[in-house]
Amino acid sequence: MTIETRAPGVLDSLASSGRRRRLPRINPFAWLIFILGVLYFFLPLVGTFIHSTRTRPDIFLAYRQVFADSKFFVGLGYSFAVGVITIVVSLLIIVPTAYWVRLKVPRLRPVVEFVTLMPFVIPPVVLVFGLIRVYSSKPLVLTATNIGSDFVLVCAYVILSFPYMYRAVDTGLAAIDVRTLTEAAQSLGAGWARILWRVIFPNLRTALLSGAFLTMAIVIGEYTIANFLARTQAFGPYLSLLGRSQPYTPAAVSLISFGLTWLAMGAIAFLGRGARTRVQVAGAR
Amino acid sequence: MAVATSQGGQGVPSVLPARRRFNLAWLGLLPFFLFSVAFMFLPAFYLIVGSFRNNDGDLTLKNYSDLQTGTIPGAFLTTIEVSLVTAVAGGIFGLLLAYSVILGGLPRFLRTALMTFSGVASNFAGVPLALAFIFTLGQLSFLTVLLKDLGINIYQGGFRLTSKLGVELVYLYFQFPLMVLIIAPALEGLRRDWREAAENMGASTYQYWRHVALPILTPSILGTMILLFGNAFGAQATAFQLTGGTLNLVPIIIGAQIRGDVLHNPGLGYAMAMGMVAIMALAIGLYSLLQRRAERWLRS
Repeated sequence: MTIETRAPGVLDSLASSGRRRRLPRINPFAWLIFILGVLYFFLPLVGTFIHSTRTRPDIFLAYRQVFADSKFFVGLGYSFAVGVITIVVSLLIIVPTAYWVRLKVPRLRPVVEFVTLMPFVIPPVVLVFGLIRVYSSKPLVLTATNIGSDFVLVCAYVILSFPYMYRAVDTGLAAIDVRTLTEAAQSLGAGWARILWRVIFPNLRTALLSGAFLTMAIVIGEYTIANFLARTQAFGPYLSLLGRSQPYTPAAVSLISFGLTWLAMGAIAFLGRGARTRVQVAGAR
Repeated sequence: MAVATSQGGQGVPSVLPARRRFNLAWLGLLPFFLFSVAFMFLPAFYLIVGSFRNNDGDLTLKNYSDLQTGTIPGAFLTTIEVSLVTAVAGGIFGLLLAYSVILGGLPRFLRTALMTFSGVASNFAGVPLALAFIFTLGQLSFLTVLLKDLGINIYQGGFRLTSKLGVELVYLYFQFPLMVLIIAPALEGLRRDWREAAENMGASTYQYWRHVALPILTPSILGTMILLFGNAFGAQATAFQLTGGTLNLVPIIIGAQIRGDVLHNPGLGYAMAMGMVAIMALAIGLYSLLQRRAERWLRS
């Protein structure tokens, strides 16, 4: 209790040195929990890997078969293309909206935030239920054709991307001085489209990219909506069918899918390095 | 232009006169609202209206009272149970895991590794996750065989991946990493001053956690567990791939209802979807409320 008599600065340094001294002490409970967590993380991956190499004598047969299967590339390519279009549409809607809310109509911010949270309230299986009912009957029959179903699929994914795309963009906008940048651009004679395209978009690059990678991770693995819209060539439905019909290749594809998720999350972590940890969560699947 | 800038109400430059600008500014949000209406609110509205109609198109409340018939109450109960169990178990384990890397004195690089892995695992859901568990805990799979060699025969003990327990075990794979991600900032927000203040007044570690840290963390912990609940409740792909649709869960029945009218009453299917939305709305609403309470302490 002699500490009380010391000056605050001394107390601080004392406390931090005390903490530093405490750190190396091994906390068995913390280690036990951590090891349990690591086991939970890795055992399913190990199991999947072992299963994928059970094709004796050629243990990499499953991988060779996957890479020789055109459906694998068709599925990946299709889902990738859908992901890219989803990202572009989502950005074209969300960036001007978030910008406009900040600049002109801050009163409507709660409304916009509420709408962007709605995809969490309406689960994918319910969303696709409603979409199919609305767009498979008159006056607007979209699900009857392939291109129409693709269109509905992209729009559903854009809706799913709203919560984190809006949050990513809004956080990005908070970090730059929107008002001053806008005024500067305007005084140089730029119109709204030019301001958005040449000033706001480039300044938000990091935020937009992390939103984009998360969207890609979700779209590539998505199953429910693609399946009910009969997009059987998409990666999710392809893997699902493979899992019911083939013994070893689905394990290889699952691992590849895990690697892709890892790549997307790694890219987000790389982009956000130095920044505060931001939660990137996709919602129920 | 310069004059307009310095005179404008909030310093907003605009080519439009002040009066008109104020009235029309909301039009800039029109694309966003129109898109949301077309692809989210209109479909939801269609389900709401449908849930209040019978097969002849007359207004009725019968669909909602019919939610008490057949397998539907059981489906809601099972889904709620699975969500609750994985939310609480995942929440507790996720909290302990976050605690052990942030406050438990583990090397710093393990913390970074855990956060990255949590980001991946919480997004690794759906079909590939279900398959990974089938290849690990299926009847002849690696871990099952390993455990059997160690003398533990889980399948003789009644374990099935397609059972409630199996689904819960799989859901936990994305539940506790989500808890780690969301609770970590709250744990990092526990200031050292508070602990020191408590210790200076003679508090033991137990007393510090019981009377200082846990009360501060409670809104965060509860809120995140509720979010985990919603996360499990809305999941469809994982359970469907795992069980092939045999487990009686609400999202699986709704899925079957989309394919073909398994309930023999479209209105009942819509009412079920609305029941699901109501529970999700409750969960997300409570989460937002608790999160706002939790943020009070995180502001310094």
